[in-house]
Amino acid sequence: MSNTEVFPIIFENQTSDYLLVANNIKKYFPAKGHLLKNKSGSVKAVDDVSFAIKKGETFGLVGESGCGKSTLGRVIMKLYQPTSGSIMFEGQDITEMNGNPLRKLRKDFQMVFQDPYSSLNPRLKINAILEEALIVNKQGSRKEIKERVASLLEVVGLGPEAGVKYPHEFSGGQRQRIAIARALALQPKLIVLDEAVSALDVSIQAQIINLLTDLKKEFGLSYLFISHDLAVVKHVSDRLGVMYLGRMVEIGTKESIYHTPYHPYTQSLLSAAPIAKRGVKRERIILEGDVPSPLNPPSGCPFHTRCPKAFHLCSQQRPDFKEIESDHFVACHL
Amino acid sequence: MAETLLKVNNLQTYFSKNNKKIKAVDGVDFEVDKGKILCIVGESGSGKSITSLSIMGLVQNIKGSSVEGTILFEGQDLLNLTDLQLSDLRGNEIGMIFQEPMTALNPIFSIGHQIIEVLRRHKKIPKKEARLIAIKQLKEVGIPRAEEIMNEYPHQISGGMRQRVMIAMMMACEPKLLIADEPTTALDVTIQAQVLELMRRLKDEKGTAIILITHDLGVVAEMADTIAVMYAGQIVESGPADEVFENPLHPYTQALKAAIPIMDEQQERLIDIPGTVPNAANFPAGCRFADRCSRTSTNCYRIMPKYREINSGHFIRCDLV
Repeated sequence: MSNTEVFPIIFENQTSDYLLVANNIKKYFPAKGHLLKNKSGSVKAVDDVSFAIKKGETFGLVGESGCGKSTLGRVIMKLYQPTSGSIMFEGQDITEMNGNPLRKLRKDFQMVFQDPYSSLNPRLKINAILEEALIVNKQGSRKEIKERVASLLEVVGLGPEAGVKYPHEFSGGQRQRIAIARALALQPKLIVLDEAVSALDVSIQAQIINLLTDLKKEFGLSYLFISHDLAVVKHVSDRLGVMYLGRMVEIGTKESIYHTPYHPYTQSLLSAAPIAKRGVKRERIILEGDVPSPLNPPSGCPFHTRCPKAFHLCSQQRPDFKEIESDHFVACHL
Repeated sequence: MAETLLKVNNLQTYFSKNNKKIKAVDGVDFEVDKGKILCIVGESGSGKSITSLSIMGLVQNIKGSSVEGTILFEGQDLLNLTDLQLSDLRGNEIGMIFQEPMTALNPIFSIGHQIIEVLRRHKKIPKKEARLIAIKQLKEVGIPRAEEIMNEYPHQISGGMRQRVMIAMMMACEPKLLIADEPTTALDVTIQAQVLELMRRLKDEKGTAIILITHDLGVVAEMADTIAVMYAGQIVESGPADEVFENPLHPYTQALKAAIPIMDEQQERLIDIPGTVPNAANFPAGCRFADRCSRTSTNCYRIMPKYREINSGHFIRCDLV
């Protein structure tokens, strides 16, 4: 009934290809009493999701509000403990890892958040913000750390004079650069970017996207790029996953998802996104109604209440997540 | 023959900050015709929101601020009206919807109460009739449980629903002009598609004129009949949508187009615009885009380029074209 373990099967044969493998991840949050209408009493933010990120790739994660993409990002970073499921990082099972071993491993995966205004400590100067992680992790002498901070600022396009200022002296785009510098400080292998460019103006967004592309090449990074903006995700990603109401509904390469989306939700999402070109004639699939509440998700396939192609089985049974073409997975009864 | 509903001429909006006078909107001209959509595009600091608030008369109440120029609505200058006259105009003739529907709706009153209140403020009708119209409008905007929603509170419904309630409230008064400031920015893409579709129907079926303020070029491509691009308090380019989109002449408009990823194209690298928007307190003497522009001459920095007509209906503010 629930998803079979898809990725270890591939994983066993191509161990060295995958940086992170997440299987059957569930993250349920207990619901507050007075909002309860159903018995189980939990918000199923992530409800059995499996995916994997290859070394050196950008994996895009798209979906609308409440789909669970941010929660999933935090779970694989171990900022939340998964309710169930497993997370393998470079072949090592980190699902139950805690304390010192996790702290050591945290050097390898870092996060950049959406809000450039609340993710930097307003009371510390930029140098102090960047030094913090290096000092705590004993990454060299004071002198070496200072040099590293200066080079980090340069790498993200800010001069050394930025180091003596406070966060409030910078614009949103500049703060995001600082947040990226901070993420790079410990030389991670994976960076999770949670709507990292969504709050920025278009022209600044382009600067940051280009910066991320350059850094990826220079430092051999892998990214999990979480965003609701389909055009941006298409531009930056190699492969991507589409989520709806806590489930992964489709995973594929950029080309296969944007050219031949199989899942009806992916199709409607792509058709709904406005394209910045005049006179584009499109078959618009306009969905009826709103996204159901994750407190009370529909039975069977959660999308059946809005799906233009739903049939009898869809409300009865949750579809399996299957590989229908090479490296293209879909969870749908059609 | 197109019927011009709103004609804005040399609009200037001043704010007072730390005893310094800041000109947030600096000489803006545009018109909107019945049944047409004008998209005002710009990034933060462009002055696009202040422009719309100035038209609605919502800026004048701020201490130390002033608005100059002419705003002709059906031939009448809005800047010459009293607060009461403006208040009558709002709702009945000119409706506005904002980006954050949560802050625009009163959290302590039910949805029904608020729509009825707006309706009765602008049309002299009994409560019972107002209630029926309210329910009808909620259904018109695609809200499924209209009767139930009437008794619910803003926090109980989603952002997309709240935005649709705002539109229902506004539509109930059947205004001639709708000013929508980033109405779909905070909404999911599938809900955005529904709201934009609603606006298109308004324009097609009721002949409503719409000023749609946004930074999203995809929305502009879809909705605009005419486009005005704003930068640092001024319009730098405007004209028919096809013209401005297919043949942008101002370096800023061109740069904006090159900076966005387009979904059905493969772009190697986005062309970013270095630097940042100048602060309204520190506008340079010459062209405000000069320090970020890829092709400038010395005069660009010294002389403010005039806003002039290049082709029929296509205006730009640049001396190099």
